[in-house]
Amino acid sequence: MNPAIELESVGKHFDDTIALQNIEASIYQGTLTGLVGPDGAGKTTLMRIMAALMKPTTGRASVAGFDVSAHMVAIHELIGYMPQRFGLYEDLSVKQNLDLYADLRGLTGRVRQETFARLLAFTKLEAFTRRLSGALSGGMKQKLGLACALMARPKVLLLDEPSVGVDPVSRQELWQMVQELTSEGMAVVWSTAYLDEAERCEDVLVLDHGQLLYTGPPKNLTQRLDGRSYLAVEIAGDRRRLLTAALDLDCVRDGVIQGAAVRLVLAEHAETEALEKLLLQYGAHLQAVAPRFEDAFIDMLGGGPGGYSEVAERMPPITDSRNIMVECRHLTKRFGDFTATDDVSFTVGKGEIFGLLGPNGAGKSTTFKMLCGLLKPSSGSAQVVGLDLRIAGADAKRQLGYMAQKFSLFGLMTVQQNLAFFSGVYGLKGRERQQRIREMVEVFELTPYLSQSPDVLPLGFKQRLALACALMHRPKVLFLDEPTSGVDPQTRREFWTHITGLVSKGVTIMVTTHFMDEAEYCDRVALVNQSQLIALDTPDALKASVAGPELENPTMEDAFIRLVEAQNARLAEDAA
Amino acid sequence: MFGALRYTVVKEFIVLFRDPASRAMILGMPVIQLLVFSLAATMEVHNVSVAVVNEDGGRWSREFVQRVEASSFVDKVIYLPSLHSVEQLIDTRNVLLAIDIQADFSRDVAAGNPASIQVLVDGRRANAGQVALSYLQTIASELQFELLAQRTDIAPPEVQLRNWFNPNLEYRWFIVPALVATLAFLPAMSISILSVARDRELGTLDQLVVSPVSIVGIILGKALPPVLAGMISSSIVFLLAVFAFQVPFTGNVLMLFLAILVFVFSCSGIGLAISAGCNTQQQALMSLFTFTVPLFITSGFITPVENMPEALQHFSQINPLKHILIIVHGCFLQAMTAAEVWHHLWPMILIGTFTVSVASAVLRWRIQ
Amino acid sequence: MNGRRLKAMIIKEGWQVLRDPSALLVAFILPPILLFFFSLGVNLDVKDVKLGLVLESDGPYARDLAAAFAGTPYLQVHPARNRKAFEHGLVNADVQVIAVIPKDFDERMNDPHRAVQIQVITNGSEPNSANFTAAYVQGTFSRWLAEASGPEGASPPLELQPRFWFNPELESRQVVVPGAIAIVMTIIGTLLTAMVIAREWERGTMEALMSTPATNAEIILSKLLPYFILGMCAISGCTLIATTLFGVPLRGDISTLLLVGAVFLFPALGQGMLISTLAPNQFVAAQIGVMSAFLPALLLSGFVFEIRSMPEPVQWITAIIPARYFVASLQTVFLAGDLWEDLIPNLLALFSLGTVLFSLTFFTSRRTLD
Repeated sequence: MNPAIELESVGKHFDDTIALQNIEASIYQGTLTGLVGPDGAGKTTLMRIMAALMKPTTGRASVAGFDVSAHMVAIHELIGYMPQRFGLYEDLSVKQNLDLYADLRGLTGRVRQETFARLLAFTKLEAFTRRLSGALSGGMKQKLGLACALMARPKVLLLDEPSVGVDPVSRQELWQMVQELTSEGMAVVWSTAYLDEAERCEDVLVLDHGQLLYTGPPKNLTQRLDGRSYLAVEIAGDRRRLLTAALDLDCVRDGVIQGAAVRLVLAEHAETEALEKLLLQYGAHLQAVAPRFEDAFIDMLGGGPGGYSEVAERMPPITDSRNIMVECRHLTKRFGDFTATDDVSFTVGKGEIFGLLGPNGAGKSTTFKMLCGLLKPSSGSAQVVGLDLRIAGADAKRQLGYMAQKFSLFGLMTVQQNLAFFSGVYGLKGRERQQRIREMVEVFELTPYLSQSPDVLPLGFKQRLALACALMHRPKVLFLDEPTSGVDPQTRREFWTHITGLVSKGVTIMVTTHFMDEAEYCDRVALVNQSQLIALDTPDALKASVAGPELENPTMEDAFIRLVEAQNARLAEDAA
Repeated sequence: MFGALRYTVVKEFIVLFRDPASRAMILGMPVIQLLVFSLAATMEVHNVSVAVVNEDGGRWSREFVQRVEASSFVDKVIYLPSLHSVEQLIDTRNVLLAIDIQADFSRDVAAGNPASIQVLVDGRRANAGQVALSYLQTIASELQFELLAQRTDIAPPEVQLRNWFNPNLEYRWFIVPALVATLAFLPAMSISILSVARDRELGTLDQLVVSPVSIVGIILGKALPPVLAGMISSSIVFLLAVFAFQVPFTGNVLMLFLAILVFVFSCSGIGLAISAGCNTQQQALMSLFTFTVPLFITSGFITPVENMPEALQHFSQINPLKHILIIVHGCFLQAMTAAEVWHHLWPMILIGTFTVSVASAVLRWRIQ
Repeated sequence: MNGRRLKAMIIKEGWQVLRDPSALLVAFILPPILLFFFSLGVNLDVKDVKLGLVLESDGPYARDLAAAFAGTPYLQVHPARNRKAFEHGLVNADVQVIAVIPKDFDERMNDPHRAVQIQVITNGSEPNSANFTAAYVQGTFSRWLAEASGPEGASPPLELQPRFWFNPELESRQVVVPGAIAIVMTIIGTLLTAMVIAREWERGTMEALMSTPATNAEIILSKLLPYFILGMCAISGCTLIATTLFGVPLRGDISTLLLVGAVFLFPALGQGMLISTLAPNQFVAAQIGVMSAFLPALLLSGFVFEIRSMPEPVQWITAIIPARYFVASLQTVFLAGDLWEDLIPNLLALFSLGTVLFSLTFFTSRRTLD
């Protein structure tokens, strides 16, 4: 069988930077191929070459036998491509978006009718054909984007990070749809930062710095890790300190918090003596678990970052007599007759990591904004360090740090100027200010980028800079709005190293995220669905709450999906 | 609060000047625009083509036509045998006007009878036509006075005309000072109107709102780039006006620049108040035209405010561009005194203060 | 070029226009507002000239002349005994021109060997007004003089009898309104399209569009038609306002007017489209739009300032300003009628500019993401 896509020593250069180098791979009909790699690895560039939107500088790429450099039009006839952010016209309705792509693909008559019926049923969008696509939730946008890409009845489907910013329920649905498509014989390429998705692909291409590190079934890669993945359980004491200490050991390649436990990946042929001593201190013991693709991925890229956060280390412990740092009571926000947040109450204690989770459009952003003082509650109150931030003065605002979604930095200023600006605005002066800026530059290794615009920084450095800007004034409470959206696993680990370090100094963290493995880092998680707070507990308790005979070991994702679906079903029943 | 304000100001300054394109725009545009517009904008009329139908052919008609041909505003004279072909020449804009001299013109003049010359003017170009007509009128009057002096010994009446501040009525002395203010107006308005909307679209506005900078601080910080861009434009045009165009400057430079500073500040205030209400840059761009064009027109830059309907004259009282144009013209040619400047300065101070407050209020309100 | 795809994209643009209140606002609300300001604000007629009349003499001739000034419809007389009274007035624009009837006015009137004198003082810092106001005062004086000195003393009047073709009443508004429509439409045309392509890039939809078989020409053309229709609506609206509200005659055929408008929209939309293609983001597109659409159209189109009076290099620049040809064509169609000899060269110029602008747009727009 001829491969659907053939890449023969493909290389791509932009001016002096090399985006891709010597990529050799074949992608076959009927298979789902995952494209994974850290930020800046060249995933999007490779996607665009396969979509014949870019020409390779060296080598040859062909799709269904057509060369991408020579036969652009022919390739566009037979591929479906969903770019990042789905490529939808948000001011058109669902039907109008579909009509447009059907006409662009020359679909007429009965074939058109059939395709529409099939795609609408497939994506479960029948009930929403007249709705503006801008008014759809993230998950539905994603499905509509897929439907538009499928209008070509393509032989090859290219999906560029289709699950960024999309909640677990929608991700699961999309996954099932794509599985169905491959079983019909389509070749699907799916680029992603979620390694649990990659794990379920039949084939993966692992890219790093423009080079292909691995190609083949993910389980072959995962197998290499057999016998090296463990869970440290029954930890007496602070699991975060245990993780920090463990990550600094030579024998530990990688580690993450998983609820009350710590998941560790050991080095090959590791001497585990030091680790055992450490575990003993915490009264914990190791439990062997099956390796995950993520373990193998991190291992292949040289292991996770260490557990030591210099920025946290240099920070003096927070001194604040209050025990409750964030408090909201009967918080409600209405926009017209739509209630975005409905009677939400919770408190967050000092030094706690508090996660706010929920499907797209469930109201967690609204809640978050009310807490930071960006929105006025319709009723109820939101207080941070005992103050309503919306009317609080400069001194009160100096006690919190805020890291916005998409790292809102000032693109027209250099990195250095951004740091100078934020330190100044937050009231740092003179030598102290210079020293903090220097500290941030050192700790986050920003020196080579100081004179560049944040816009051109690799995503990971953008995130570091955003964190630096939010931390420089040493806030008591840190608000993080999807701080790791679209960021690769290694950078995410490093980010969480800093967060756990800060928490140990008494900083309180409020975080929203779509990554369920990040929810595991939280002390408590609030789950918001359809504007209401439906669950509030520790990650382990949430997982336990959905466990049953048919699901003995639920993951955080399972918990999320079940709790949300149960609530949706209840509301549907009430409505009926 | 002033500490934080200082940094927002520095930030906005960097944002404005880091981008080479916007730097070039701010420094280069005024020069180009000044050159093109000062040369283009003239109410004087030159290079006029004139058609002449001389049915008379006598001494006085020849004398008149010769004087027309010799005058500096006329480029070309087309002689026609009859009025028939005149129509086509005017229709196709080949001539601006046609002079028709009747058969008995010279006889009437010689006899001391009233004599008339018919002038056909293209009404589509009414303005140029009127000006050209006034030039012809002058030629006719001169001829008439000479006739008078020849025939009688009565001393001809005299109108002693004095044009204060600009004895030769050079139009450039009007347009170039006006550009000192006008070329600051557009950048100040366009930068300020887009600024808040842009930050809102890029999400950086939230970042500022949660920081210790107060709302007023954010607005004042945002007022800086337009003020600065306007001041730079003004300064460049001012220097060129005085040294390159040699327009006499009789007023007080410091006073003028203080007034310009107040002016660009009030423009930025208007822009920011509008921008605070916009969600997208697209809306901001539309608002830019919706507000700047009327302000521009009612300022007196194109035609005098006195010619406008009363309602527009009232409207122009809240137009900072109108006030600054009076000050700029006053300072250049009329040695305007501090009291006179103040008369037009306080409305702008009021406009600036009011609009900045509105901008802050709108921004605060929209957070809620 | 594929008809079905083109049609689909035109429909898509059409829906986007209908959904986007700002586009509709630009097409239907903005033109009347701007036209209103242009038509009322730009007034070249000098009416109600405020004359500061200094009467230094009390003689009968002097008072008679003063009465003549007061009786002139275009003059609004503010009398005073002393010229000092008006020195500030002239600067503050309380009066626009000062006429001084000197002490010895009556003596000179009675003495044929001494020239009769009056003094006229204008504010030269507004040269155009100075010119016209001085002429009004002079004219009134001449007429009074001819009557006062009787048949024997009068000089034989050598009179110019002006006749303004197409605009016999010489109403400034009749000329200004058609020109104003041209300026307003230049702004509207640029505004409509200046951001459309930059927006597709910023929203990420261009990438999706490019991965389909749609061609570049189709993408560009599909953006033309909906905005063209909006532009035609705006022109029709302006015409309606001009003829009904402002009483400007439409001497040419309405179909000629629409033809001229249609041809004009070609370069006007093309200019916006080119800006949109070249600009890296909406902010820059907006800045270029302001700089290139408004002031050049206003100052270099012949709307206010006569093109032939400009220095030659500036005249060359005006050749590439679409508004120039539109101002001329509209003035002809409104005031003169269907003068094809005058219209055709203008239409050809507009068409060529449009072709150039669209070709540039086509060749500068990217087909790949490289």
